[in-house]
Amino acid sequence: MCAKPIRKEPRQVETTGHEWDGIQEWNNPLPRWWVWVFYATIIWGIGYTIAYPAWPLLKEATPGLLGASTRADVAAEIARVDAANAAIKERLIAADLNAIGADPELANYAQNAGAAVFRTNCVQCHGAGANGFAGKGYPSLIDNDWLWGGTMEDIYLTISHGIRNTTDPDARYSMMPAFGKDGLLEPDQIAQVVEHVLAISGQEHDATLAAAGATVFAENCAACHMEDGSGDRTQGAPRLNDAIWLYGGTREAITETVVNARFGVMPNWNTRLSEDQIRAVAFYVHGKGGGE
Amino acid sequence: MWDYLKLAGLGLVAVLAAIAANYARDLAYQVNAITVMLAAGIAFLWVLRTAGDPKPDLSHEYMDGVVRAGAIATTFWGVIGFLVGVVIAFQLAYPQLNFDWLQGYGNFGRLRPLHTSAVIFAFGGNALIMSSFYIVQRTCATRLWGGSTAWFVFWGWQLIIVLAATGYILGGTQSKEYAEPVWYVDWLITVVWVAFLAIFMGTLFKRKEPHIYVANWFLLSFIVTIAMLHVVNNMAIPVSIFGSTSVQVTAGVQDAMIQWWYGHNAVGFFLTAGFLGMMYYFVPKQAERPVYSYKLSIIHFWALIFLYIWAGPHHLHYTALPDWASTLGMVFSVILWMPSWGGMINGLMTLSGAWDKLRTDPIIRMMVVSIGFYGMSTFEGPMMSIKAVNSLSHYTDWTIGHVHSGALGWNGMITFGALYFLVPRLWNRERLYSLSLVSWHFWLATIGIVLYASSMWVTGIMEGLMWREVDANGFLVNAFADTVAAKFPMYVVRALGGTLYLTGAIIMAWNLWMTVKAQPAKAPVNANNAVPAE
Repeated sequence: MCAKPIRKEPRQVETTGHEWDGIQEWNNPLPRWWVWVFYATIIWGIGYTIAYPAWPLLKEATPGLLGASTRADVAAEIARVDAANAAIKERLIAADLNAIGADPELANYAQNAGAAVFRTNCVQCHGAGANGFAGKGYPSLIDNDWLWGGTMEDIYLTISHGIRNTTDPDARYSMMPAFGKDGLLEPDQIAQVVEHVLAISGQEHDATLAAAGATVFAENCAACHMEDGSGDRTQGAPRLNDAIWLYGGTREAITETVVNARFGVMPNWNTRLSEDQIRAVAFYVHGKGGGE
Repeated sequence: MWDYLKLAGLGLVAVLAAIAANYARDLAYQVNAITVMLAAGIAFLWVLRTAGDPKPDLSHEYMDGVVRAGAIATTFWGVIGFLVGVVIAFQLAYPQLNFDWLQGYGNFGRLRPLHTSAVIFAFGGNALIMSSFYIVQRTCATRLWGGSTAWFVFWGWQLIIVLAATGYILGGTQSKEYAEPVWYVDWLITVVWVAFLAIFMGTLFKRKEPHIYVANWFLLSFIVTIAMLHVVNNMAIPVSIFGSTSVQVTAGVQDAMIQWWYGHNAVGFFLTAGFLGMMYYFVPKQAERPVYSYKLSIIHFWALIFLYIWAGPHHLHYTALPDWASTLGMVFSVILWMPSWGGMINGLMTLSGAWDKLRTDPIIRMMVVSIGFYGMSTFEGPMMSIKAVNSLSHYTDWTIGHVHSGALGWNGMITFGALYFLVPRLWNRERLYSLSLVSWHFWLATIGIVLYASSMWVTGIMEGLMWREVDANGFLVNAFADTVAAKFPMYVVRALGGTLYLTGAIIMAWNLWMTVKAQPAKAPVNANNAVPAE
């Protein structure tokens, strides 16, 4: 059995004498700690506004005794990093593209810089893992299936000038005809050639139609995609006799491609990225596994 | 005579709305015009059927019908708002839930403003209008001024909610956070709000008490300041009177500054001052204890309303906003800390001598947790306004967590407490249907908030650190998509927290419904409804 602790009576204060719907108010003083912390924040606030830009005047605000400026801070930070990287950037620009990998220090820098550029500028289309979006027209960059070539120079050129854009006259360019929409092929011919493409890519197909489609293919498609469907990198014509598809390899997707054609665009990065950044990201992409 | 004027006015509105619907340039406008036409038509029929009815003298009883309607609306919109919140929380965790068939209407981008407006203005707004009407009558010992104007405010506010909500889904928005409603809805808000102000002021003027109770200071400051903020932030020129699109009068960083001056004070006056008004009435009533300190209430009231109005720029640290404005926003936010805590002290200390009620009364428990979350958020807010902290926290989920510990913890819980207090009194019932359901609601809501806030702290600080992580050469280490992928588990936790909170609110709605439906009426008259004799 414990004795009930004696509770100290609260300090006796009066109420203010008013009452609203049964509610009264004690006339307690302000808690001292509350007052002192309030004062402390006010004094700190006055000090802070003296030290930092704060009070607007007629023409400009008080600059503050410390001369602080967030814009200047950012500029200084960028300048510091730029200065630290200046020498290695120059080396990267001067280096032969294929020699970057042989210089460990340069390779390390290009790898990190390229990865940063890639994360900021390329992942939106090619994905954080650089594996693209199959079927949506964004190619994977980590396999051996290259549309425009997978050597260091090829990749560098593609990044610099882009593909089928209207902003760089040197952009890689080619255009597949819309065989159905523009009436170049009859619907039954399209059905045949689609079966042929299914056949050469090793998929389930209608053998009779595919045999007829071989002729259609030879007359209309082989000029770019080659007789055996192995594609032509000089024209960005994709390989058709494998299982990798830019816009999907189903019967429906291939029909859609033949009827309406595709026109994948990539921006030219030479106006947005500096030379060292383009080289770095080319090195990074080349090193993803599919580089030739 | 007055009825016939009303009929003419409503008929005119219905015809004009029909014409506007005919000429509409966009779908949101057209649907809104049809909604207005229907609303005016229904009101027309109602006035027509009741025109000329004898009007009994009701000056001896409080006007509680509109407060009852407010309690129903608060509960209804609360559940809707929480539900939309849970839906978008799951959409963020599982983007597949942005189904193709929802695109353009029910995807995250469209539903997000629907959620914020539903909880702040539909749930919070109805809670504030309801409480204001109840409190100002009781503490002034007089019936609401303005007769049926109170009903105009109530139904006008519901119409605004419906117009805004359908507009958002159909693409009618100003794209200003918490000020999304398009120009004609803004005009309607202004009219309704001025009527609200007139009723409140009118009631204060004809009060029978010699002094104005502290809750009414807060409520009045909330109504006046929101009127000012709303008008200034929504200065826009419509592209066409038959379209929902408008162009803001201000542009660039000026527009951003005005927007966050508005946005922060929507928090400061709508969600803080207004709800402090509720706290100052419902806590002492439920605890049956005097308010702790009259002096503190005066000092912290004036300090709060003077300081809050400066704090907006802390939403724009490290942007195009000049450094000086940023500094002032930060400094005033930090000084605001103690004035905000004045309300917490007064609320908690009011319970001194009545702490034992925490064991027995789940409504008091709800109010105490509410004040606790108020204190936590009003410490967290000044801390996050400090530039160095903000450089980490800004744009991260930490901000979302901060807002929700305030909104779910403080605004939600005090409103639940007020509803549990009001419903038995408004419907003249002896007691609530079930106190143990209140306890269930309390625990579900509290655990929900804790899950929500802590998951957002973790993911917010994590993504802030990931965004700023650079390697030895100054290159970013993480892609944005990496941070999104890393946040996934916390997003699931957040959605579960929200689900708990929603479940609690549904239990409350059931409990309140059963209180009205199944509890015996108090015999023989509703003493709570009578204006005290002089």
